[in-house]
Amino acid sequence: MVALYINGVHHELDVSPEMPILWAVRDVVGLTGTKFGCGVAACGACTVHLDGKAIRSCVTPVSAAAGRHVTTIEGLAPEGKEHPLQAAWVEDQVPQCGYCQSGQIMSAAALIKKTPNPSDKEIEAAMSGNICRCGCYERINSAIRRAAHETANA
Amino acid sequence: MSGTLNRTDFLAYTGRLGAGLCIALSLPLGTKAADLATGAAGTTPAGEFAPNAWVRIAPDETVTVMVSKSEMGQGIATGFCTILADELDAPIANVRYAFAPASPEYVDAFFGDMTTGGSTSTPDSWMPLRQAGATARAMLVAAAAKQWSVDPATCTAANGVVTHAASSKTATYGSLASAASQIAVPKDVPLKTPDRFTLIGKHVARLDTPFKVNGKAKYGIDTVVPGMVHASVVRSPVFGGSVSHFDATKAKAINGVIDVFAISSGVAVVAKNTWAARQAHDAVHVAWNDGPNAHVNSKVLLEQAHALVATAKVAKKVGDVTSVHGTTLKSTFETPFLAHAPMEPMNATADVRADGVEVWAPTQVQTRSQQIAMAITGLPANKVQVHTTYLGGGFGRRLDADYVGDAVEISKKIGKPVKVTWPREQDIQHDFYRPMSVNAVTGTLDASGNLVALSHTVVADSVAKRWAPPLFKDGIDPLALDGAWNTPYDVANMDYRYVDQNSGVPVGFMRAPAANVNTFATEVFMDELAHAAHKDPVAFRLALLSKAPRAAAVLQAAAKAAGYGKKMPAGQAQGIALCLWGGSYGALVADVSLNGTDVVVHRTVMAVDCGTVINPDIVRMQTQGAVNYGLAMARSAKITLANGRVSQTNFYDYTVLRNADAPPTHVIVMPSTEKPSGIGELGTPPIAPAIANAVFKLNGKRIRKLPFSDALA
Repeated sequence: MVALYINGVHHELDVSPEMPILWAVRDVVGLTGTKFGCGVAACGACTVHLDGKAIRSCVTPVSAAAGRHVTTIEGLAPEGKEHPLQAAWVEDQVPQCGYCQSGQIMSAAALIKKTPNPSDKEIEAAMSGNICRCGCYERINSAIRRAAHETANA
Repeated sequence: MSGTLNRTDFLAYTGRLGAGLCIALSLPLGTKAADLATGAAGTTPAGEFAPNAWVRIAPDETVTVMVSKSEMGQGIATGFCTILADELDAPIANVRYAFAPASPEYVDAFFGDMTTGGSTSTPDSWMPLRQAGATARAMLVAAAAKQWSVDPATCTAANGVVTHAASSKTATYGSLASAASQIAVPKDVPLKTPDRFTLIGKHVARLDTPFKVNGKAKYGIDTVVPGMVHASVVRSPVFGGSVSHFDATKAKAINGVIDVFAISSGVAVVAKNTWAARQAHDAVHVAWNDGPNAHVNSKVLLEQAHALVATAKVAKKVGDVTSVHGTTLKSTFETPFLAHAPMEPMNATADVRADGVEVWAPTQVQTRSQQIAMAITGLPANKVQVHTTYLGGGFGRRLDADYVGDAVEISKKIGKPVKVTWPREQDIQHDFYRPMSVNAVTGTLDASGNLVALSHTVVADSVAKRWAPPLFKDGIDPLALDGAWNTPYDVANMDYRYVDQNSGVPVGFMRAPAANVNTFATEVFMDELAHAAHKDPVAFRLALLSKAPRAAAVLQAAAKAAGYGKKMPAGQAQGIALCLWGGSYGALVADVSLNGTDVVVHRTVMAVDCGTVINPDIVRMQTQGAVNYGLAMARSAKITLANGRVSQTNFYDYTVLRNADAPPTHVIVMPSTEKPSGIGELGTPPIAPAIANAVFKLNGKRIRKLPFSDALA
């Protein structure tokens, strides 16, 4: 049994402690917004926040989250609201297939939380662990700049 | 199933689908209408107007468009809704869509079944969708006119409302739905002239975007069916190998593992969750019979491909290449096998019951998926329902539905619904690969430097031979010559040859198949010819494009917008390339520098002509993405084989494009009134030759081999 918070809700999960957070969240809790891409922390599709920091949930055992807070794409913004990045993603029409976008947005959210006004190089560095096979990178970066700008001017 | 689905069947289907999915998936808006997060058709309320297979209009004003093509990122769902809503004169805000079931109503005229590929969706479906929308509109108008006892010709329809101006009467489409159902379906309803389009060619925000930024869009891998278990299949490391025997003792000891057994594609492990299945997958010990491909080696295959050039058969001949003399250039190009590697790993969910089968799959081939399930279960088509989910990328990989077979076979064996999820390593090692190829090209320039003869030989495994056997005739795979023999260049004497390498490696279609290789050869060679003729590469090409004005126009537009020929910053150079795909024309200029053996692309400019544009921003989006896909293919990616086994395993050794490596792409969308043509793949072929042509300017080295990282090593 592993006890943790997922999107602010306390869960006691009857899973083996080695189970990656990815599969606990998807198969056990039923939140499928977090995606499986590679299983080896090489693509970023599974990115979630652990106590506010971006981690690759496919290689992080659920035991590492015991007593801590996991945030997934479903919990990035309060129910019925959207995070500035989600609004920017829509404004810039970023997604194509969309499969990687939960991970992209979670990585970007951790970036702008730590670095509210990231330079282009900081964006590239923070986002290069997230693969998008549709090649939406140009729009991902413009949406991050937009969200950072709009947050700063809010 | 024979003949066409009638309306009763259609409604029965959609009703059942809605009910089925409501159990498993939440409908966030609490609506019974089609759910954009899942692509499920929703329930069919009473009084709904369903004049044809493509559109339904509900009393609550909701317009549901049935999308017969797979939404894999190309924006086809939004495009189809836009086309139909324009002719229907419905506000786009009222439009929803649902993914169509595998059914004869939705068979594509080109493929003869339900397939999404070849950049054919918009060109093939544009007229049926317009006719469906216009017909529905005419029936709504007729219903209103009948209610008001006026001549339908005196009524107008716009923005989802029918108006009779003389009496100031109005009625919304929703209020007319029930009455419109009683109107006889008219034939040959006139379509709008383009000047009356209200949505086509305008900016319409993609309808799927809101669900793709909050985690709610449901892909195949997100399918949840009550009572479902999870599975993984251990496959032969050598193509065509089979299970000799296996030991599942360790696998079965893992907590959550339900069963381990052999199926046709390997050894299946079934568990309570994906993680347990994956652990069991790694714990099964399988002894394989490697079969005839145990010694396949890509180095040897490449040598064989070079040797096969001389044996190629003539596929197309224009004039006589031996009749002219002058300066002759010969070049040979090499490209490797490649894996598609879409972000969503292969997966499928199946529920095989005595009374029928349901399949949920991220697939580009609904009919083939259905046929696979029919073959395994022995059930007829009307007992096999295929639910298409969102696809986490396709790129041609999902033109094969091998993963559907896994799920159906396992579900049949265990009598429960099952979701099969492939590890990424299997996606890389068990793909239907972009074929390795050798292109041998010869050109002859006359004394004035004009190209008077061109010979082009392609050696590559035939994809058509397996995927569309009737196309492969007399040893010629016509698809394997795309990007070569459909050249826009007017050359008096041309000779195109092909030979199927028959390597034993499974091969498939990959974004702009064949053209993504052959265009590399043709467009690098064009630069070589221009250089030999002491001519500017753009001027040299334009001189050969007098009979292809659309090709000439995109070339000029790209060159102009990019400032081709201008002085570049130190260490940077521009390369240009032209390409054709899906009936469309594209030209790309790349600004390139070198970082050791790595090519750095600073920016690209691409001009595209895809005929009538449905959605300009989706055209830009697809072009940007297709260019990046082509860059990923050319920069450092390769699949190699040793001892019949693929050497690459995952994203750390099969390299793809990452954020820092992706250039911005400025897209010029050419205005056109020609019929729409494809845009999902056009951007992929020209990037590699454009880079190679820039590299020549940088260091004088002709790149005739991909990936660049190998060619520059």
